[in-house]
Amino acid sequence: MDNRFESVQTVRDGLKDVNYLADDGIAGVVFLADRLGKPILVEGPAGTGKTQLAKSVAEMIGAKLIRLQCYEGLDESKALYEWNYKKQLLRIQADRNSDAWNDIHDDIFGSEFLLTRPLLEAITSKEPVVLLIDEVDRVEVETEALLLEILSEYQVSIPELGTITATQIPLVFLTSNNTRELSEALKRRCLFLHVDYPQLEREKEIVLTKVPGVTEMLADQIARIVRSIRQIDLKKSPSVSETIDWARTLVLLGLDSVNAEQAKETLHVLLKYQSDIAKAAKELSDD
Amino acid sequence: MLDLLSGFIVELRNAGLPVSLTENLDAMHAISHIPLEDREAFKYALGATLVKNNAHWRSFETVFEVYFSLRGPEYSITDGDGEGSIDDLLQQMQDAQMKGEGNGGAGGMDSLTPEELMNILMNALMNGDQALMRALARQAVQRFAGMEPGRPVGGTYYLYRTLRNLDLDGMLDKLMEASKKEVGGELTKLEERLEKDEYNDRIEKFKQEVESEIRRRLVADRGAEAMAKTLRKPLPEDVEFMHASRDEMQNLKKSLQPLTRKLAARLARKRRHGRKGPLDFRNTVRHSLAYGGVPAEPKFKYPRPAKPELIVIADISGSVAAFARFTLMLVYAISNQFSKVRAFVFIDGIDEVTEYFKKTEDISEAIHRINTEADVIWVDGHSDYGHAFEVFWDKYGKEINPKSTVLLLGDARNNYHASQAWVIKEIRQKARHVYWLNPEPRSYWNTGDSIVGEYGTHTDGVYECRNLRQLEAFVEKLA
Repeated sequence: MDNRFESVQTVRDGLKDVNYLADDGIAGVVFLADRLGKPILVEGPAGTGKTQLAKSVAEMIGAKLIRLQCYEGLDESKALYEWNYKKQLLRIQADRNSDAWNDIHDDIFGSEFLLTRPLLEAITSKEPVVLLIDEVDRVEVETEALLLEILSEYQVSIPELGTITATQIPLVFLTSNNTRELSEALKRRCLFLHVDYPQLEREKEIVLTKVPGVTEMLADQIARIVRSIRQIDLKKSPSVSETIDWARTLVLLGLDSVNAEQAKETLHVLLKYQSDIAKAAKELSDD
Repeated sequence: MLDLLSGFIVELRNAGLPVSLTENLDAMHAISHIPLEDREAFKYALGATLVKNNAHWRSFETVFEVYFSLRGPEYSITDGDGEGSIDDLLQQMQDAQMKGEGNGGAGGMDSLTPEELMNILMNALMNGDQALMRALARQAVQRFAGMEPGRPVGGTYYLYRTLRNLDLDGMLDKLMEASKKEVGGELTKLEERLEKDEYNDRIEKFKQEVESEIRRRLVADRGAEAMAKTLRKPLPEDVEFMHASRDEMQNLKKSLQPLTRKLAARLARKRRHGRKGPLDFRNTVRHSLAYGGVPAEPKFKYPRPAKPELIVIADISGSVAAFARFTLMLVYAISNQFSKVRAFVFIDGIDEVTEYFKKTEDISEAIHRINTEADVIWVDGHSDYGHAFEVFWDKYGKEINPKSTVLLLGDARNNYHASQAWVIKEIRQKARHVYWLNPEPRSYWNTGDSIVGEYGTHTDGVYECRNLRQLEAFVEKLA
């Protein structure tokens, strides 16, 4: 198998070119995932760029992104494959008058009647593919088992057709918001990456790259205030995407530095619970 | 290298991390793709393959520090002969370190007076100079910790000695003053807060430097295995409520929030998928349209089981206060899983605190109010379960109904007062379930003044709840 990346540094630089600022951990794990041919399980608080990582990696290597959004009640007909029974029915009806039953019953289980769903599509694709299985913690434990075969062997077994093996090994990202413990079997097959709120410096850089028109000083202030707010005991700490939204808001308001008053007035962009907003506003003005 | 890695993995397992054989193999594969001189990359490679739960990351980091701390960039890990054993490596590291101190920037510091040292430290913190801070940490440990080889003292003792001499709290004030001077005038409140956060952050980093320096020296003195043993800390979910230190309490609090989220999601799911109900005729017919009127896909009505009503009665006297606080926090965090939650706290008097939780969305504030406002002392402020239960029965006994589940929290150390166990018996006759949660290890039960057995006979079960793991298991069973 060809390696996609030369070193950790190339991953990092590549991601930077597509406006994703990775830290050592992220770049290192992406690099390893490629070398070992293993999926990455990305975990962390909401809005820290887990999904964005997969998108950016796809953009970086010029691959197609195939996304499977998980939800409760997801089953194999929506994740793996499904027989196109309407077409099968038509096929049978078209031949109703002839007696060629033997032909038909082999025929209707051919690949012509197979509807590929994201997982199957990802491994049968000819072009390079990045597969994103989003919010995998939302499916039931039993459904997780659906993923195991494809994650470890990169193949799908269809009883009527046999086993379909991947033509090329896709990069796989699974994201999880950690609403439940994933099964050992799933975790064992993946590399684990925890994406947390970024350090001050990195957050500042993220703001600078993602928000056009923001001044260095404003970005610095924003990053500091956000860090300050994250230290308060809140229901939901501001995420990176909320930081970016806030920075955009401030830029739209035409500010190049922010004081306590302005910060308080725009807090609702950053925080989504009334009790949190009240608490943060109090903290920012009192001391 | 292989030896080293297997030693590392054994230690991880000892620390309580579940590392499977395949993960072990993955780690071996992973490091063969990583340039070994790059310590950070090496760490992340091991982390990504071995640690699959973020709560375990801290334990991993500690073990990693101990095992690979001395392997700086000048000493890449090679597969060469002779270097395989840990002792040899450590010896070399120590030598290298000594040399480094002799030649490097830190060498000149030996001659400084403590005042000069403090000034340099202050400057380093002002400017956020990483390299200088590291050198200073090294110097501070050497000077203040008073470490002697072979002394059987834990790292925390040295840490305490070093930090006491450095007076970092005073340092923060000085830094704030200095930065005020620099700006030339008063800072606004916001600016002041931001500055303070920044310095706090830097001081925290410096503390970490000191800590890892101490660790480095201890490892050099005692060897990695012995050191790892002394540093082994229980995972957050295994920390005992009754003996948690302040730091551990903070960590527990942090892990409580994701835990409640998980618990709530799991319970909601359980509720929805718990049982199959009778056929839902309308829904089945509606879905049969897709099959040309043949009811091929039967649909069922899922019954919604009634949510229990919960009454929590908690002992909040000193010894078990932490446990009561935690359980209340947990119960209220998933209170939407219960139709109603009422909370009572007692020491020797009893008081209802349900109101505190109703008025605010913030659980920690409610807990704070319980500690300060609840009227729980009747005579002397020593636990008296008997009296508390008696008063509860008089005042609130009639409000217990067959829907309510009563949860009693405490160690049942009654200070030899009358037990009044009949109250529990009465409660059980009226309530759906009565459970007792005891934060003490099972072997301590019914020793000394503990009379949990006497109460326990009248309940549906007494459970040992020493740590978060046990508490979580119980709450899941309850809802």
